[in-house]
Amino acid sequence: MEAALAAGARYADARVMDRRHEAMNARNGEVEGLTQDGSVGLGVRALIGSGWGFFSTPDLTREAAQAAGAQAAAIARASASVPGKDLELTPVEVRKDSWQNAVQEDPLGVPLSEKGDLLVGVTRTMSEHGADVALAGYDIWDTTKWLVSSEGHRIDQRIRECGAQMNATANGENETQRRSYPGIRGQYGTRGWELVRELDLPGNAARIAEEARELLTAPECPSREATDLIIGSEQMALQIHESVGHAVELDRILGWEAAFAGTSWLDLAQIGDLRFGSELMNITADATLPGALGSFGYDDEGTPAHPVDIVKGGVWVGVLSGRDSAALAGLSESGGAVRGDGYNRLPMVRMTNVGLLPGGSSLEDMIAATDDGILMDTNRSWSIDDKRLNFQFGCEIGREIKDGKCGRMIKNPTYTGIGPRFWGSLDMIGNESEWTFWGTPNCGKGQPGQIGHTGHPSVPCRFRGVRVGVRG
Amino acid sequence: MSDQLIAACERVLALVGTDAEAEVTVSSGTETLTRFATSFIHQNVADAARRIHLRVALDGRVAEASGNQTDDDALSRLVRSTMDAAALQPVDPGWPGLAPAAPAPAVEHWDDATATAEPAERAVRVGDFVAAADGLETAGFCSTDGTAVAFANSAGQRLTGRSTTALLDGIARTGTADGSGRAASARIADLDGSVVGAEATRRARDATGAGDLEPGRYEVVLGPSCVVNILSFLAIYGFNGRAVDEGRSFARLGKAQFDAGVTLADDVSHPMAVGVGFDAEGTPKRRVELVRAGVTSGLVHDRRTAKALGAESTGNAISGAGPWGALPVNLVLEAGSSSSDDLVAGVERGLMVTDFWYTRILDPRTQVVTGLTRNGVWLIENGRVRRPVTNLRFTQSFVDALAPGALLGVGSDLTLVGGAAFGTSAYVVPSLHLAAWNFTGGARG
Repeated sequence: MEAALAAGARYADARVMDRRHEAMNARNGEVEGLTQDGSVGLGVRALIGSGWGFFSTPDLTREAAQAAGAQAAAIARASASVPGKDLELTPVEVRKDSWQNAVQEDPLGVPLSEKGDLLVGVTRTMSEHGADVALAGYDIWDTTKWLVSSEGHRIDQRIRECGAQMNATANGENETQRRSYPGIRGQYGTRGWELVRELDLPGNAARIAEEARELLTAPECPSREATDLIIGSEQMALQIHESVGHAVELDRILGWEAAFAGTSWLDLAQIGDLRFGSELMNITADATLPGALGSFGYDDEGTPAHPVDIVKGGVWVGVLSGRDSAALAGLSESGGAVRGDGYNRLPMVRMTNVGLLPGGSSLEDMIAATDDGILMDTNRSWSIDDKRLNFQFGCEIGREIKDGKCGRMIKNPTYTGIGPRFWGSLDMIGNESEWTFWGTPNCGKGQPGQIGHTGHPSVPCRFRGVRVGVRG
Repeated sequence: MSDQLIAACERVLALVGTDAEAEVTVSSGTETLTRFATSFIHQNVADAARRIHLRVALDGRVAEASGNQTDDDALSRLVRSTMDAAALQPVDPGWPGLAPAAPAPAVEHWDDATATAEPAERAVRVGDFVAAADGLETAGFCSTDGTAVAFANSAGQRLTGRSTTALLDGIARTGTADGSGRAASARIADLDGSVVGAEATRRARDATGAGDLEPGRYEVVLGPSCVVNILSFLAIYGFNGRAVDEGRSFARLGKAQFDAGVTLADDVSHPMAVGVGFDAEGTPKRRVELVRAGVTSGLVHDRRTAKALGAESTGNAISGAGPWGALPVNLVLEAGSSSSDDLVAGVERGLMVTDFWYTRILDPRTQVVTGLTRNGVWLIENGRVRRPVTNLRFTQSFVDALAPGALLGVGSDLTLVGGAAFGTSAYVVPSLHLAAWNFTGGARG
């Protein structure tokens, strides 16, 4: 950091990150892979004029660190040769602090044999109950990082995360059907191995395998231009992630992601006035939620984690931001949403825990209140346009709903819509007892590519007049 | 550099000793990327990348690990922890053993100027792109990567390789429409910001004033990036030995599943390709023909799927691919003789599409994929481009789109497109004229 300043940077920060990752996967009753990765290194960020420069190295010697600082400044100077307006940074309280998340059972301390037995057992069970392909796996991350900034930040954090997933595929003559548990991306959090134990993979393995097989002979999801749609909380997490979370990233709104991830349909001039959804819709971005995958003590710019209102009573009121994007947008403070994927990636705006606050209904209430509709859950496919408006999502399983009762299983359920129209049709929302902090461990963004860990508290919801059953 | 990397491999193998089968890959290089948006450089990064990857098999008990430190202590820890982990694993019945010693093809997709490119050289190209847009807002990136890699295993295999890649990719924006331009090569000298920026600008202006079009089935002329997108799905979910082994693939060897105009191979030796001549398991790459004149003729394998299906590895193992299996990273789709104008002239009523966006598979067996158009769509009538059209959503089987009789024209514009197969590959493809594409909705609802 000092070397970057000496080379002309008006602001600089440096991050050392030491991360261990362990993953194991099993297939059809056999452990097929165990990987243990470690990376440690230094990333330096320097600001000159309108341009950031970032240089990273796995060498942690004093000489390498000084060279990295000087390189970061040289890169920032090159950035300034194709200039924009000088970037400012919103003020943030300078802290010297340590933080770590609560963990009951260190996931890396659980014997490999025990973890392997779990995966072997559930894949064997799925195979015995009709799965042609039975897969299961877990991931564990143990990250320690240290941040210093030219403003005086001195922050270290240790964040431990883990989770697991399994799925069963049944092959038909000209199709495949799959069921996943607890969701297509599994379930992950900033917690210890207790999270995996609570999932009860063994207690669900037979069921999902049988459901995958049953889907092969289930009727197709009907094609309807408008129907009542009840969405389970796992699919709702995806719905929130794609159509709200990415849409409210301030870097996208400012056009910084225009060529790749895209922009946003949201216009900053309308913040505080624009109706995003029905009055039942309340969305927050809250990195302080204990155990959720998008939780931390400080973001990678040293901004303390804090809750941010995103949609309140259906009105768009907030964004996900960092210090530079917030300043450019005229906001008074950063939303504390800047993180980098490893020491060698430039921190950028990422979702924290972007989630839906619970309401007063239950899934049971929604079914009982629906005369003719469809229930869908567990994401299978997802596609949304570059403005985060037009989406088409597919789920693994659906159920017909007739006269307030859940009916027969249907396969290949899909639905499509336009963000604000769709959210405007939200008329029932699940209650606090159904509130689940879903974790997405594979959110891609940025160039070079970065994988983000995001959280999505969600509940089942009902929407009216939704187009379903789109086919190829 | 190669000598240092292979020496590091030898140090690791020596630490493993003779008790286990082991393979080591050491890579080192510089990965850089200069990113611009709203017509200024807003992100600019360089990474002095280094990785050591070790896989051991202890009496059939397999574990792998990676790190980025090369001092003696770090390598000893890496070896010890990997051996300890393997000892605790059950025997892997699918373990295929190590690649035998064999030479790799002498590919050299390397350019010193690209490997050592300074940030100023990328900034010049970005500046030229921005200037060519003539006042339109621009966004995109210019990247240069240079990586050397060494592989060694306890079966005697020793290989080294190196590869550079240079990419320039961006859009120009009129406020109501975007247009894209891109260039890819092993040589930064091949990237001309003025040319690429001018192409993006022309497309953006041509796409301005777009009107809606009723969804339905239309003939299409698909640009190279769309074709790469299609091939990525066919590669990951179809021509992949693992997908076939698990019954998830559409591929049926010996069957005429594609139009006779389709000939597709994985070929790192192609002069426009990038990459090195061996895979993550140390198997030499070779030209693997996947489709010959419409007939499915081959699959790609790593050693595991090759063992399962009684085949040989084709040199397509991917590090960290895990349950995904093997992947062709250098697909080449044979070009035709039609110019872009010829392709358009052959369309009775259809659409010309620049890029696809956010494509996701609904079912790997049927290859039904949904996605959207992006960066320019135009209606063609009676062989002439009539008007720009707003973006559309499609839901289309990619196998059906290339089925016998469905390919009406193949372009001569063979183009290297980076970022294939979701970022891991670079494919060489022409534009295509297809008989039908199922557009299922307007992007505006």
